[in-house]
Order: sequence, then C-alpha cells, then structure tokens
Amino acid sequence: MNRHLLSMHDLSREDVESILATARVDFLDLFKRDIKKVPTLRGRTVIDLFYEKSTRTSTSFELAGKRLSADVINVKADSSAVGKGESLKDTVLTLSAYRPDIIVIRHPHVGAAAFVARYTDAHVINAGDGKGEHPTQCLLDIFSLQQAYADLEGLRVAIVGDILHSRVARSNITGFQKMGMQVTLVAPPALLPRGVEALGENLRISHSLDALADVDVIYLLRMQKERHEGSNFVPSLREYISRYQVGLKHLAGGQKVLHPGPINRGIEISAELADSKENLILEQVEAGLAVRMATMYRLIVDSTAAEAEVTAAESAVSEAATELGNIRAVG
Amino acid sequence: MAATIAKRGTKASLLIRDARIFDPARGVDMRADVTIEKGQIAAITPGKKGAEAGGEVVNAAGALLLPGFVDLHAHLRSPGREDEEDIASGTAAAAAGGYVTICAIPNTDPVVDDAAILASLTETAESEAVIRVAFLGAISRGQKGEHLADLWDMAAAGAIAFSDDGRPVSDAGLLRAAFQAAALTGLPLSLHCEDPSLAGSGVMNESEVSARLGLTGIPCTAESADVARNLAIALYENARVHIAHISCAQSLQHIKAARAAGAKVTCEVTPHHLALSDEAVVAASLDSNLKMNPPLRSDTDRQALVEALAAGDIDCIATDHAPHAAQEKETPFEEAAFGTVGLETAFPVLYTELVETGQVPLENLILAMSTNPANAFGLPVPTIAEGEEANLTLIDTEEEFVIDAAAFKSKSRNSAFAGRRVKGKVRLTIAAGREAYRNE
Repeated sequence: MNRHLLSMHDLSREDVESILATARVDFLDLFKRDIKKVPTLRGRTVIDLFYEKSTRTSTSFELAGKRLSADVINVKADSSAVGKGESLKDTVLTLSAYRPDIIVIRHPHVGAAAFVARYTDAHVINAGDGKGEHPTQCLLDIFSLQQAYADLEGLRVAIVGDILHSRVARSNITGFQKMGMQVTLVAPPALLPRGVEALGENLRISHSLDALADVDVIYLLRMQKERHEGSNFVPSLREYISRYQVGLKHLAGGQKVLHPGPINRGIEISAELADSKENLILEQVEAGLAVRMATMYRLIVDSTAAEAEVTAAESAVSEAATELGNIRAVG
Repeated sequence: MAATIAKRGTKASLLIRDARIFDPARGVDMRADVTIEKGQIAAITPGKKGAEAGGEVVNAAGALLLPGFVDLHAHLRSPGREDEEDIASGTAAAAAGGYVTICAIPNTDPVVDDAAILASLTETAESEAVIRVAFLGAISRGQKGEHLADLWDMAAAGAIAFSDDGRPVSDAGLLRAAFQAAALTGLPLSLHCEDPSLAGSGVMNESEVSARLGLTGIPCTAESADVARNLAIALYENARVHIAHISCAQSLQHIKAARAAGAKVTCEVTPHHLALSDEAVVAASLDSNLKMNPPLRSDTDRQALVEALAAGDIDCIATDHAPHAAQEKETPFEEAAFGTVGLETAFPVLYTELVETGQVPLENLILAMSTNPANAFGLPVPTIAEGEEANLTLIDTEEEFVIDAAAFKSKSRNSAFAGRRVKGKVRLTIAAGREAYRNE
C-alpha cells in the first residue's frame, strides 16, 4: 500500500479487500461494545485539516482517530490562520513541524491532497479535494455493499444525478469497477462531464431513470443546488425533480439505494425513500467510521511493517497495538 | 400531439379530375384523377376514369396538385396581439397559401416559455385552426436570454422545436446549455442568428443602398458571424440545429462547411430574401413593408440564395410571416416595425420569380416547401398516394393575377409583394383530410 491515500487509483483490489477486511474484522464489532475504543494508535498524532464545511466526514475522521486512541487535532479553515491569508503550503509546513503521523485534508480544490503530500512527512488522507476524489467515501460504499451482497463481482450499479460536480462519482466509478462491478451513469447531458466515457472501462451512459430497471444498486448523488442558482445545467429544478427524482417506484426489482449524504429530501430522493428500509444511508455512516479507522491503521502499520515483517492485518486489534509498540522500540 | 387542428368539421369527399399530380419526394409526376373519401386519398386513377365520391367533382384540368406546404416559421401573434393575427386567421391565411401545417413562433405576449401556455395554445388550435398548427417553445424564460425556459416540460406538452426567434441567444454558454437540455427531448433549436452589437440600430442592409439613402445599415456579418458561432457550438455538442431565415451568401458558406464537418443542420430562407434585394427599398420609395429582419440583402446575396436552393443546399423555405397592425407600418421607414406577411404569397411569388424563369426546378421548390420542412421538425409529411390522409393543394399556374393585400385572410396587410403580378393561384387546400380553403 502507498504511503498516502489520495485517490482510488492508489489502491489495488487487494489493498481495498485488505482495508475492508480490517474494518470488518477488527473494528465493526467494536461499535457494539460499551467501550468503543482501542489503544491501536496510542501516542500517534492525527491532524484533520478541513477547508470545507462538513458534518459526516469531519466527525467520522475525528471519531475514527479518537477510537484508535490517537491524539486528534481539528483545524478548520474558518477559525485558523488560513483566515489571515496563510497559504496551504505554509499551513502544512507549520502543522508538519509537530511531526504528525497522519494529515487528513478536505479542500475545495482538485489536487489539494497531493499538494499537501509534497510538503509533509505525514501520511496524507484525501477527505475530498474539490471535484476530484473522495477515496474513503468510495471505500465505505464498497464496504456497505459487501455487507449487503455476498459477491460484488458482476453487481450492477447505477450512479445517478449530478455527476459533473461529484468527487464521489469519480472515486466510485474507479473503485466499483476495480471490484468487478458494472457501472451505469444516469444524468441529463449537462450534468455529465465531457468525455465521461474515459472515467472507466465500458461505462454505460443513460439520460433516463429507465436504466434503473436493469441494475441491482442505485447510488444517488446530491443535486448540488448551490451550484445551480443562476446557471443552466437543467431547465429548472422542478423539471429535474420530475424526471430524475428516485423514489420507491424505482425499486420494483429489489434495488438497494446508497447516498453519500447530505441528502436533499424531495429533490434527488423522495421523502418516502429517504425514510425507507431500502436505503443503506445510515449503514454507510457507520461503515464510514470503521473504514476510516482501518484506513488510518493500515497506512501507519503497512508502511512500517515492511521493515518489521509484521502482518498486522491478521492480528487482533490488541495484538496489533502491542506490535506497534514493538515497532516503535525497534525503529 | 406534435401538430394539431380543430377537431370539428367533416372529412372531405370529392373527386379532383385530371390534375397534374406532382410529388417529387415520391418521384410522381402524372395526370390523373384523385378520389378523396372521408379525408383519405382512396384512389389515384389515370385517364379521367376516377369514380365520383360524394358527388362533387372538381375539374382540375391543367392545374397542379401538390403535397400541401409546411411552414416552419409563422408568427401567429397569439397570445397578446390578436388584433394582428390569431390562430383562426393565421391558419386560414396559410390554407389560402396552400399550407397544411404551420409552426407558430413563441415570441408572443406572454412568451411561450412554459407548458401551461403551450397547452392552452394547443387547446385553442383544437377549436380554431383550419390546418395543422405546431408550436415552438422559447429557449429562454421570457426570451430574455438568461435562464433556460421549461424545455423538458414544453417538450412533454407537445412542442416541436425551441426558438428565441425575434431575439438571438447572445450568451454562448446559455446556447450550449440549451443544446444539452434539448438533446434529452430530441427536438431541434431554431436559431435567429444575429449579433446585436453588430446589427446595432440598423434598419436595412448595410450597402451602397443604405449609404445613398442615409439609413443605418445592418451588416451581413451581424448574421454570418452568429451563424458561424452557433454552428461551432452545435457541432461540438453534436446537436440538431435549424438556422432560421438566412439572408446572405456568407451564412450559406458556414452552413455548407458545418455540414461537411458532420453537423446536423437544416436551414430555411424566406420568399422575400429569394425574390427581393435591397434595391427594392429604393424602387418602392422606402415602402415600410420592405423593412424586415434580417433585411433584404444585395442582389449578389439573393442570387447566391437562389442558386443554393437550386443546388439543394437550402432545405426549407419558410415565410417568417410577420403580421403587423397598420399603425406599426404607416410610419417613416426608420420607425416602422420589422416584418412582412407571407403565407398567402409564398408559392405564387416563388413560382413566378424562380420556376417560370427557369432558375429553380419546380421539384426543388416543392421539396423545400413541403417534404423537407416536415422532416426537419418531425411533422407529418404530406404525401399524395393512395391510403394517405389528404394533405394537398390544387394550384392554377396559368392565370396571372395581382396580389391584393386587401383580400388576405390574414388580419394584417403588410405585404412586401402587394400589387405584384404573379401566377400560381391556390384553388383548393385540404389539410388533415378536411377542406381548409377553396377559391370560388
């Protein structure tokens, strides 16, 4: 596994399987206990550097670090020196002087995570870079699908909605296809990027929800309303809703529905569907925590394990913590 | 749904005796009797042996029986200016010109930019129209060129194309968005091409004529530059596009080049741009009925348009029928409204000026007035064949007559061709199987 997780292209299928196995075996059951904390990353430092508003991703990363017993520092752009005009480079250099083990970065511009990786010795996790990528979202989505389906090979998934503006779509096309899934994109022409075919292999493209009849999974994207005021991606939001809102009537074939959140009730998703058991939205949130814990853990363990010949993935969580202690002693 | 007509009225049953049937799309040119029963062409019989249906016989010896005409560009002024035209008078005028289907332009008051207005017009047409009427929807809300109109809802309500005609879509990004949104409906955009910053406050073609008269000119490039830009965007989006009322040779060059590059483009030219040039403005002593937009161009441009029609490079002839109240034209040239009526004069003017003079084969004229426009907007294609619904017009090409604007079925009289001696009088029009016009 690479030092950083910047893009789904950084991960092999084996890497994905390995991270998700760690999440499942080592962390998911942890959440059912009264004490939901393990000492795995005790003494490690995680900095969450968020330049965009976020609820689920920022809480998920913060909680993931804390449940691994790391020291977690949250830096929000609106309440930091960034507001005084500090450049991303200088912010990263400053924070790196604390010698953190992991920097989690969310930023409104494509390539920001890779940029951060150039100026720090920490492991960098891309928590969303503009319209670029959102790899941990993709991992948690694959994880949720693994929980719902025995085998992802050949599973047919439609990604529906504002694909043009979606970093989630870009990561998920790559990630889903990596896992052997068939991907169909459904959106009006103006909400698909030019050259969309190049985002994957044998992608199917449709402009109609009729395509949902032939899939197993519907992956809904948020209609990014704030990008539509005063623009003309669709004639009107009302017309978009009447043609592209997904509701229970589209699930005649037993399709499951995923959504990265935040949802816009009554826009891309009907209120009935939002409240229905057919969606896996809350499962995705829980999966997100386990997957982010596993990602942090594997980034640190795998990069140091190579020298120490430790196979942390197969170890129990407590053993892993001990081994980590040993590694530190050795290093 | 795409084109509608009044639901009342009886289907025609009659025998048209010994006409010259000319339907170039089917390669038909023969003298025969045509029996129409309950609105359908029941039999086509050579040798004056056609059985009489319902008793009536129309003696058509020597007359032309043509597939009815289709106009992609008629301003019916409803809603808002019913004093100038409405659906009843506009379709009656069209029937008198040999038309069986016309397309209404949405620059009305209010603008047709949502499904409710379009549906109410369709409903009116179902009680008033004597021939089929199809409706275009606006490209932008209020034709203001800022936000897309409800293209998807209007398509669902039966729109057959979208246009901001009367105003160009100046914002290229909006035009691109319109192409993308229209792609979902399969409908074309019909574009009025004009760069307003080049057209300025011009009132006629910019040329030696405008210089002599002291009138502000509208340069050809105001049109051709916008044609080139719009075709480049259409080509990039692989979109269906129809270029409305082209007036100059340079626009034609852009269309031919775009076609060669694979663009899905159709285009139209008006009878007045084919028959008149800017010299006519002088000859008619600044008659405001010769003021239109785009303006009458140079004779070189006019000849280029005629040649392109003869060569098949221009698909469609469209009238740009633009009725105006008398007070809007009874003014000095510079103050007058732009536009001429055209539905009742298109065929006789073009037959006389282009076919009789040998410049354009009759075949090209009929294809451009009927088959090609029907195909361009996906409308029913008028066809003279057994089993087809009767959509045809019977025309006398022998007798010369003077165009009398006072006798128009249209509510408006602003014709660029009033007083002209022509041949090609429409005797009978049957649209959607019903008799829509007869010249007694």
